[in-house]
Amino acid sequence: MGMDTPKATVSRRGFVKGATATTAALAAAGSVALDDLFGHAEIANATEANQEGEGEKVVQGYCSCNCASRCPLWFHVKDDEIQWIQSEKKEWDPEVPESKFRACLRGRSVRRWINDPDRLSYPMKRVGKRGEGKFERISWDEAIQTIADKLKYTYDNYGPEAVYWTLGSGVYAVTGRPIGRLLGCTGGYLGYYGTYSAAQITKVAPFVWGTKTASTPAAIQDSDLVLCMGWSPSDSMMGSTGMSKHGYNWAHEVNPEAKYIHIDPRYNDTIANTDDEWIPIRPGTDAALVAAIAHVLITEGLLDQEFLDTHTVGFDEHTMPEAYQGKNMSYHDYVMGLGYDKVEKTPAWAAEITLIPEERIVKLAHELAEAKAPFVGQYYGIQRRSNGELSSMAVSLLPVMVGAIGKPGTSTGLDVGAYSFSLPWIGGTNPCKTQISIFSWADAIDHGERMTALADGVVGADKLSTGIKFLVEYGGNCFTNQHSQSNLAHDILVDESKCEFILVFETLMNDAAKYADILLPDIMRAEQMSVINDGWSGDVASLTFGSPVHTGERFERRTSYDVCADIAEAMGVRDEFTEGKTQEEWTKSIYDGAAAKDPRMPSYEEGYEVGEFHYRNPDGYTPALKAFAEDPVANPLKTPSGKIEVFSEKLQKIAETWELPDPRDVIAPIPLYTPGAESYEECTDELPFTLTGFHYKSRTHSSWGNVEVIKQACPQEVWINTEDAAELGIENGETVSVFNNYGEVHIQAKVTPRIIPGSLAIPQGAWRDADMDGDRIDKGGCINTLATMHPSPLAKGNPQHSNIAGVRKIG
Amino acid sequence: MTKYAFAFDAARCTGCKTCNLACKDYHDLSPEVTFRRVYEYAGGGFVRDEKGCLTNNVWTTYVSMNCNHCENPACVEVCPTGAMHRDDQGFVSVDHDRCVGCKYCEMACPYNVPSYDAELGQMRKCDGCSERVAAGETPICVDACPLYALDFGTEEEMRKKHGDGVWLAPLPSPDYTKPTTIMSAAKNSRPGGTHEGTLANPKEVR
Repeated sequence: MGMDTPKATVSRRGFVKGATATTAALAAAGSVALDDLFGHAEIANATEANQEGEGEKVVQGYCSCNCASRCPLWFHVKDDEIQWIQSEKKEWDPEVPESKFRACLRGRSVRRWINDPDRLSYPMKRVGKRGEGKFERISWDEAIQTIADKLKYTYDNYGPEAVYWTLGSGVYAVTGRPIGRLLGCTGGYLGYYGTYSAAQITKVAPFVWGTKTASTPAAIQDSDLVLCMGWSPSDSMMGSTGMSKHGYNWAHEVNPEAKYIHIDPRYNDTIANTDDEWIPIRPGTDAALVAAIAHVLITEGLLDQEFLDTHTVGFDEHTMPEAYQGKNMSYHDYVMGLGYDKVEKTPAWAAEITLIPEERIVKLAHELAEAKAPFVGQYYGIQRRSNGELSSMAVSLLPVMVGAIGKPGTSTGLDVGAYSFSLPWIGGTNPCKTQISIFSWADAIDHGERMTALADGVVGADKLSTGIKFLVEYGGNCFTNQHSQSNLAHDILVDESKCEFILVFETLMNDAAKYADILLPDIMRAEQMSVINDGWSGDVASLTFGSPVHTGERFERRTSYDVCADIAEAMGVRDEFTEGKTQEEWTKSIYDGAAAKDPRMPSYEEGYEVGEFHYRNPDGYTPALKAFAEDPVANPLKTPSGKIEVFSEKLQKIAETWELPDPRDVIAPIPLYTPGAESYEECTDELPFTLTGFHYKSRTHSSWGNVEVIKQACPQEVWINTEDAAELGIENGETVSVFNNYGEVHIQAKVTPRIIPGSLAIPQGAWRDADMDGDRIDKGGCINTLATMHPSPLAKGNPQHSNIAGVRKIG
Repeated sequence: MTKYAFAFDAARCTGCKTCNLACKDYHDLSPEVTFRRVYEYAGGGFVRDEKGCLTNNVWTTYVSMNCNHCENPACVEVCPTGAMHRDDQGFVSVDHDRCVGCKYCEMACPYNVPSYDAELGQMRKCDGCSERVAAGETPICVDACPLYALDFGTEEEMRKKHGDGVWLAPLPSPDYTKPTTIMSAAKNSRPGGTHEGTLANPKEVR
């Protein structure tokens, strides 16, 4: 079996100083010769870099997990083994001191993953009970034939809606997800929409805003009030290609005069070592805070009424759509207690819900109104909840109410934007047009034939014709570990009468791999040629052209592209899948297609010559919706009215027609506050805490969850407030039980003032460690053992931050 | 001979621990042997009003610390074999031809810097990446810090850039061993010798 990687190993490495202000301006103005782009290029090969020992070479790669940074890495390789990982040698931008790109602790530790003795090395078939984790080595021929036979059987007996692949977000490369292309060629598959990261906001934002857009973070330099709503780049975008360096921390240094306020249940690492203000908020109550701020702005005449009148629909009665006038259905009427629940959303009302004192809410409203350029940065923790659609849209109203949209230093509060290169990924056409939410696959295995458009968010058909019978998982650890309610997911997966065949393709024996019927050994992206664009890298766009760190194959590991090509062949569609191209040829053709449309990008060959390419936003930053703010008639949004639909008629229609039998599930035309399922209102004497998740420095989702040196440096812990711990007699560092109706984890307690009293927090992504035939107690401390599978109302997304739980000492 | 010094600016540190893990990668260290540690020092608390609403004065500061390559190193003083020594560039390191793994240095160091390596049966510690420094490079932790909170150079250069430095809580008094590392405070750092907070992550750093 061949590996489609280049024969020559790139040991030359160099540095392209991306666009300086001058060259960038040229590029922005139109086509520009590459000589201009490379005008300040300084190419230094590895030998000149004075970093190589005897027989050592330096290989360009990058951190290929689903992190918001995607940092370049330089592997020092000797005797075909990685010795250590180096940072960028010189400033990529010679005009900017301290602009070397540097990966975080995870990128610096990827050698431990690549060389993990528990790497999967051979194709295997299950020999024990499904989920038991017992396997036997088989040949590649047997593996491919078994997969093809099962796939044919599934198509023949159930049709394409019975075939599904779960999102594997752990592999980032333009050829990183060939499974969809394969299954598109073989006969089609049940598709998914949304992501585990941002299901709720991605689904709802188009109704209100047309598209989910936000200013890039360097806008903070022109802001005087930075409001971080669940946005903590130092926790989730840590490498210096991420926003930690190129966004927030940088902004803090260039703009120390701005007021920085963080509204978060946790005193996160972005706040640490600053004197920024922390306003702790009860998890899931952001929409109540926004409604109370609106109340202050309305009653004190602090709204930007002109902006609301010209740019929005439904904030006030007089901009309501005609069909809904006279019904007290505007946001104003909700806030003032004239419509909906008829409760006036005073700061006193919100104080009891959010636990933020009334006077602090009033002051926050004043600060927002008085700021010349408020920058509201929201990130995805707020929306990853049972009420996440409404909460996230409520937060985005903050700048709207004071007209701080499209102006210097402002943002939409919908997200935090990034300046990027766009690279499509290997794709194809799926002849099956039916889709479910990314979070619905376990339900679709369990009772797919009962799932409908109106009750379960099925798209492209009124209902599913069948349950999922053939399931593929690739590079995501997303069966139990990264899905919710892991114990129920286990029970669904092990029932062979439901899903009849499971194919898993991973680098390690993680929790998902245990459920495989056929288990295939993948090759890390650092071990093959691989091209990627930036992740979420503030105002610097990047490209990295990676080469394999090892020569040739190891054991019987193979690239997913080659394996998919072989499965396609066994299904009689190899040529349709490959179009006669190797993985490298696909990468090149995808890249060439993108570069042809983007004069900023170097050619593929030039890219490999230099290894990486960086390009600073020529405008400094990109303020979102500038044109719309200046002239909403000439530059309408992609909403039905062309305006910001504070009241969305489309959402109201959905609210009227969708089936939501559980009264906790609310879809509303305005971003009202509702606690949602598994909220603090459901807490009991036994389960008195709310429990939220967060992104931890030690992992990107579950990637790196196996790396012992990182686990030692960053132990998996449940955060519990000092006062709560004292009441329960829990000491810092002791192992405690955290439990609820869905499961139990044993986990080290972090007793700290850094979390709001009454709430717990467990960082997501820890590897489960449970005896599923025994007590089912998860000693790995995975939060999904405690998270519900009940989806959010509109997106049918994963509400993994909405949990209630109890905690007790063990023994 | 030129003496070198590290510098640490708490104002830039986010507690990410890249310094620790880059060191572990370069020196190929096991989970048990750590040359650079990040202290999390936190304090403050909450006041509830009659409605149960919360105001707080919570604060947290991170301090990244490797061997301080002290002028009066306690580890050197107690070493019975002379394995622990300070060279003329100011680097304190272990002579592996002499170390017998008695752990006296670990006990004596007020910063708990030397680690016992069970596989070697000897003590190990940061040697300032002296080989890299000899080749004109900076120590790997300094080279790795994504936030540029760490710096390294000649003592003279470092003092010029960073001043004389301050004593940061929760570290012990510099009077004992006279560390050469120059530390600068963050806005919410607490001065050394005060006891307002608690060490939040004792298991990680001890």
